[in-house]
Amino acid sequence: MADTPLMTEHEEGLQHQFVDMEQQRNAASLGMWLFLATEIMFFGGMFLAYLVYRYWYYPEFAAGSRSIDIVLGTVNTAVLICSSLTVALGVKAAQLGKRKTLVTLLLITILLGLAFLAIKGIEWYDKFEEHHVPGRSFSAQDLIEKYPQIHIDPAPTQIYFSLYFAMTGLHALHMIIGVGIFAFLTYHAWKGRYTPEYHTPIEIGGLYWHFVDIVWIYLFPLLYLIDRKPLK
Amino acid sequence: MATATATITAEREHYLNTDYGIRSWLLTTDHKRIALLYLALITVFFFIGGFFALLIRLELLTPAGDLVQADTYNKLFSMHGQVMIFFFLIPSIPAVLGNFLVPMMVGAKDLAFPRINLLSWYLLVLSAGIMLYCIITGGVDTGWTFYTPFSTAFSNTHVIEAGVSIFIAGFSSILTGLNFVVTIHRMRAPGLTWSRLPLFIWSIYATSIIQLLGTPVLAITLLLVVFERAFGLGIFDPARGGDPLLFQHLFWFYSHPAVYIMILPSMGVVSEIIPCFSRKRVFGYSAVALASIAIAVFGFLVWAHHMFVAGISLYSAMIFSMLSYSVAVPSAIKVFNWTATMYKGSIRFSTPMLYAMGFIGLFTIGGLTGLFLAALGIDVHVTDTYFVVAHFHYIMVGGAVMGYLGGLHFWWPKISGRLYPEWLGKFAALTVFLGFNLTFFPQFILGYLGMPRRYWQYPPEFQVLNVLSTAGSTILAVGYVLPMIYFLWSMRYGKIADPNPWGAAGLEWKTQSPPPTSNFDETPEVTWEAYNYDEIPAPEEVPVG
Amino acid sequence: MYDFPLWPARASTTAGSVDALFIFLVALAGFMSIAIFIMIVVFAFKYRRRAGHRAEQIEGSVPLEITWSAVPLAIFLTIFVWGAVIYFRERTPPRGAEEVYVVAKQWMWKLEHEQGQREINELHVPVGRDVKLIMTSQDVIHSFYVPAFRIKQDVLPGRYTTAWFHATRPGTYHLFCAEYCGTAHSGMIGQVVVMEPAQYSGWLSGGIISGSLAATGETMFQQLGCPTCHRFDIQGRGPNLQGIFGKPVQLEDGRSVIADENYIRESILSPSAKVVSGFKPIMPTFQGLVNEEQLTALVAYVKSLTPQAGGGAGTPNISSPVEQKKE
Repeated sequence: MADTPLMTEHEEGLQHQFVDMEQQRNAASLGMWLFLATEIMFFGGMFLAYLVYRYWYYPEFAAGSRSIDIVLGTVNTAVLICSSLTVALGVKAAQLGKRKTLVTLLLITILLGLAFLAIKGIEWYDKFEEHHVPGRSFSAQDLIEKYPQIHIDPAPTQIYFSLYFAMTGLHALHMIIGVGIFAFLTYHAWKGRYTPEYHTPIEIGGLYWHFVDIVWIYLFPLLYLIDRKPLK
Repeated sequence: MATATATITAEREHYLNTDYGIRSWLLTTDHKRIALLYLALITVFFFIGGFFALLIRLELLTPAGDLVQADTYNKLFSMHGQVMIFFFLIPSIPAVLGNFLVPMMVGAKDLAFPRINLLSWYLLVLSAGIMLYCIITGGVDTGWTFYTPFSTAFSNTHVIEAGVSIFIAGFSSILTGLNFVVTIHRMRAPGLTWSRLPLFIWSIYATSIIQLLGTPVLAITLLLVVFERAFGLGIFDPARGGDPLLFQHLFWFYSHPAVYIMILPSMGVVSEIIPCFSRKRVFGYSAVALASIAIAVFGFLVWAHHMFVAGISLYSAMIFSMLSYSVAVPSAIKVFNWTATMYKGSIRFSTPMLYAMGFIGLFTIGGLTGLFLAALGIDVHVTDTYFVVAHFHYIMVGGAVMGYLGGLHFWWPKISGRLYPEWLGKFAALTVFLGFNLTFFPQFILGYLGMPRRYWQYPPEFQVLNVLSTAGSTILAVGYVLPMIYFLWSMRYGKIADPNPWGAAGLEWKTQSPPPTSNFDETPEVTWEAYNYDEIPAPEEVPVG
Repeated sequence: MYDFPLWPARASTTAGSVDALFIFLVALAGFMSIAIFIMIVVFAFKYRRRAGHRAEQIEGSVPLEITWSAVPLAIFLTIFVWGAVIYFRERTPPRGAEEVYVVAKQWMWKLEHEQGQREINELHVPVGRDVKLIMTSQDVIHSFYVPAFRIKQDVLPGRYTTAWFHATRPGTYHLFCAEYCGTAHSGMIGQVVVMEPAQYSGWLSGGIISGSLAATGETMFQQLGCPTCHRFDIQGRGPNLQGIFGKPVQLEDGRSVIADENYIRESILSPSAKVVSGFKPIMPTFQGLVNEEQLTALVAYVKSLTPQAGGGAGTPNISSPVEQKKE
């Protein structure tokens, strides 16, 4: 990192382009919020595709939705909500300067994130077994036979699953990145880098994690809960 | 002369000589060095894209397809578009001039996130590498527009590589925009209120908003195309229940605002040059500033004017046509304000001013032909013809590139500490202007006659106009090569420049040429309005390199 | 030495209106650009830097800003309305138009007249009659473009799009594909031959005809076993197809759609998508069993089962939910 020779004194952690810590904090915060806005637009494209196709192909989307495991999905939702709790508590711990608590909470967050990914992996594997992965080996035959009351065409069903994999896949990728970020944060927290005066990385890392959580909060009902009414 | 330059540069330390060696450049976080890294990268790709254009124009000299094969031609226009848009135009002013100037114009030492700035450059390098790989191993032939199902299910070329490359380039663009917005919001010097900001900053700000909000949509769209091709996810393929029009909506939702990413910074450059060389403040500062924001906002509302014959409903076509006219108004306001700035000025015709005046003329023509395209009845006839090609080249080349060149010339003394040779600068500007008009004006006529775009061969009655166009393109090429040569020349042999050779307003001119790494010796405090040309004396002599 | 045109031939009713707006816009744009050019040149000369002359600092003028925002906006909205009116007419095929089915594929145009004549890359039409094109693609997006008529319409895979024209001058005019579609995109050209009515009738009756499109469709209808359920005598397991074309149909989920070409086509390929109220979703899909031309013939046959609303060899022309009757 380039240090300019013209700096006379600087606070711990103050980067050279900023005038003071408050400016640095504000900049980091605004930067993360803007980045999250871009993420909303990023996921937004897929949500738009989802909305259009769900409107056109409701029966197929309903059938597809019934075929994914609602128990695992609900567990995952609970896992993520808990992880957001640990993140929020971690930020609080950082503000209070409680290093050990912070590290513990960050570690729990990581574990919960990994649990989410593991469960997601199980769900994907199930889909693979059922030939619901789009591509050459895709087959909606089992759904057609299982739900004769819902009139299903194979092609739109594949679209449901394409969107399912694209959306949960992209979300999972963001989770993986989040786990990586939190590993980094945990390491530095353990080394004592974060103080009540300086814990911006924890805050903005927390913002990112909450965002990924919120995306899941939208994905869960849209993918899992389309139509769970008991069938006649 | 040569010895004098050597001793002077050795005396004072600035951002260019503060550290030598490849590592000091490749690991720099200095926004000024990063700007030069971008300059090098996009210049290379400008000439690659230009080379493809030359081949296209050579093929079109004759009605028959006799220079290259049809498939090759299809790859040429596709890659010309992709390279020029994503590796030249979109980065150009923001990544070169913006990176260099934004911190200085707001009185800061650097951008808000210097390491992310460097990351942006590396992302562009990575995506450029992938694009080069794509080109060398056979290219892509989908057009830069990647329409489905051709791109997902029928093309036999490297669609996935091209898509991945542009996906990564998009993130470079997003991060640059993010850096600028945070810097402008949070790092302005004391006293520098929004209404005292240079209009270049307003333009960059508006551009950055578009980059932030629009580019992610392109990213996800291309990602879905790549998934469809790689994994068979049939989201846009009608054979699998998908809708090709959904692709078009998602694609144009970014790609229309993208054209404003390409033009707004040029407008910002012109807003700096005209007042300086007229020695008076901009006429209607607030109007021009707000017009930039208006263009950014309205630009997001008009995307489906690219789809009037695509099969959208009659009524949505009407709505988009009407909205498209609304976005023309702020652009018109700017043209009027620039012209009014020249009124009762004291005008000097240095090279930057020539480019700025050329910009106004050519952007006016290009913008006016946009009115033709927004008219539904006309668009049905001229869409997908050379009329559209002429329209967007008038704006992109006659507008954006001329603004870019004008900006390079204007800030060259600040960037390099040297002056370029003025007479060559004027000559090149004139060559570009003449070559450009000869290349693209005939294409309006070709379009109305009915010559479709992306045609490798064409009926013989279109030949004369095509020959004129090709002739113009050779002249244009000369006009582009010249600055590259004399800018490089000037870095070694050019006359040394003063801190403010043009007598221009703006914080960047209050520091040395070239600036020290930390830009300012002390944080400036701004107590004056923008464009205070009543207080700044005009330089006695026109600086000539 | 070279004979080159600067204006396209004008051969349809639309061409006149499009050209009128175009000329107006050329005049407007010409005027505006010349005005700006002149102002810049005059200012450049008049206010060039001279000894003893200082620039006058002018802040701006709100009335001026409002004027040169409002006036252009008013002009622009006028242009919008003018263009929209032309477009509305272009996208509203008149009743009783003669219909031609177009199937685009890489890289040729296949055209089929109602009466059964098939053409490749050539379209013969009579002068002075409305002609409506019902088009689809077998593969990628193409676009049917006849500059002399000033019409263009993208041709999509998976659905029908329509265009129409009324030719006014006999002659031969270019037909271009205007949406990039691959290798021979620029080779996918042909011609539209506009003939005098007598000549056209002669052309129609000459050549080998395998029967009208509707007749071909009827043969297919029988061959595929459709009458098993779609009976005309008693209520079958499928709806009676007589008299339904162009009329609203009640679906079993409560929606109502117009039974146009796209609906018929969809019902053959994806029968359970929009099932008629009161019927069970038992119709098998014919996806993969019929190609585009056979589909076209079937659609034409179903259309022919509805008595024409009047005038011309065509049938009621409500072929897309967005179209309306021509005034």
